[in-house]
Amino acid sequence: MLTKRIIPCLDIKNGRTVKGVNFIDLKDAGDPVELAAAYAREGADELVFLDISATEERRKTLAELVLKVAEKVNIPFTVGGGIASVEDVDILLQNGADKISINSSAVKNPDLINKLADKFGSQCVVVAIDAKQIDGKWKVHLVGGKVPTEIDLFEWAAEVEERGAGEILFTSMDHDGTKEGFANEALAKLSTSLNIPIIASGGAGNMDHFADTFTKGLADAALAASVFHFKEIGIPELKSSLKTKGIPVRT
Amino acid sequence: MKLVIIDYGAGNIQSIKFAFERLGYQAVLSDNAVEIAAADKVIFPGVGAAASAMEKLKASKLHKLIPELTQPVLGICLGMQLMCTYSEEGNTQGLSIFDVPVKRFNEGQKVPQIGWNKIEQLRSPLFKEIDEGAYIYMVHSYYAPLCDQTIATSEYGLAYSAALQRDNFYGVQFHPEKSSVEGEIILKNFLAL
Repeated sequence: MLTKRIIPCLDIKNGRTVKGVNFIDLKDAGDPVELAAAYAREGADELVFLDISATEERRKTLAELVLKVAEKVNIPFTVGGGIASVEDVDILLQNGADKISINSSAVKNPDLINKLADKFGSQCVVVAIDAKQIDGKWKVHLVGGKVPTEIDLFEWAAEVEERGAGEILFTSMDHDGTKEGFANEALAKLSTSLNIPIIASGGAGNMDHFADTFTKGLADAALAASVFHFKEIGIPELKSSLKTKGIPVRT
Repeated sequence: MKLVIIDYGAGNIQSIKFAFERLGYQAVLSDNAVEIAAADKVIFPGVGAAASAMEKLKASKLHKLIPELTQPVLGICLGMQLMCTYSEEGNTQGLSIFDVPVKRFNEGQKVPQIGWNKIEQLRSPLFKEIDEGAYIYMVHSYYAPLCDQTIATSEYGLAYSAALQRDNFYGVQFHPEKSSVEGEIILKNFLAL
């Protein structure tokens, strides 16, 4: 049986991890490669690297980082942040990324999804969607959630599936950072109306939140950052807690 | 030992190369028929769509060479699927090394299957020291049904072939290079064949 995935997300700036990390056994917690390897050893199912650099050299730095991660890490990883063209994706996949994630660039240029799916296969195309509720309606936001749009979350999600996305990474901005649980109602609606895997993001605060997003939100995977980085939740403990509740996980 | 990864422009070959490096082996990436034929072990990777991968294979004339190889050959993911008779994906004729056609997962299952699944009914030296029910990483929309050449099964809505073998030819639907410690053991077992 296919298991539910636990995915730590590492924010990267100029080739370094930015959020504080509490891994006591690491020589350099700012080194994404060491941190990624540590998460792989702990039992993370996949990793996501989100590049938030804004420098001229960002593409080169990110491509170099991907090569180093691929060299050391024996689980799959996705790379996102500022990816806007087939050429960007080509170099990241060539360097060993398993999947890439696009967000604002997909909204601005939806054909990019089709092009990437045709050239590299749907399995490596993750479309990330940031959304929040405005007057009771889920609206897509761009540029890390800073720019609101009139686009409806569910309509956009259906369109990206149609265009060939292999997976959707849905972040609820209403839940992100609250540590009060994932947006399970919206997640369940996405999961039942679409036929591709949905990754839940935003709101993880305790182990029950993960269980809920799998049982109530019907998510296929759950992504979190700070609860893992600050060691508030250990991945082995989380996995055994989910297993006790009858949720299939890799242990 | 000379280990060659067939480089025909359809696959995440860097990850496979790195996985062997972690095991202490330097693999050569090649699309050269002489070099591939002379290797002790051959890896046939593949990621993406079946039809375009098969076209690339034909463009480099490797579709004739691969079925004639006599050393151990390991097809990975789409590589394994191309070693079958036919794929429903893009109506693609395969290399007919394995006597089974590749089908698309049924409706009712999310497609692609992405994530960690169990492998069971392991019956090959490829799975030496791998426990029944070990977890490996799968990413695919199409599958090879169970057949006489099945050497491991997995389940996603239905039971299907997680691995196939005929003579010196092996194929795995999953990604050993991304399947943590278990994947590394399987790659090591292949090198020991």
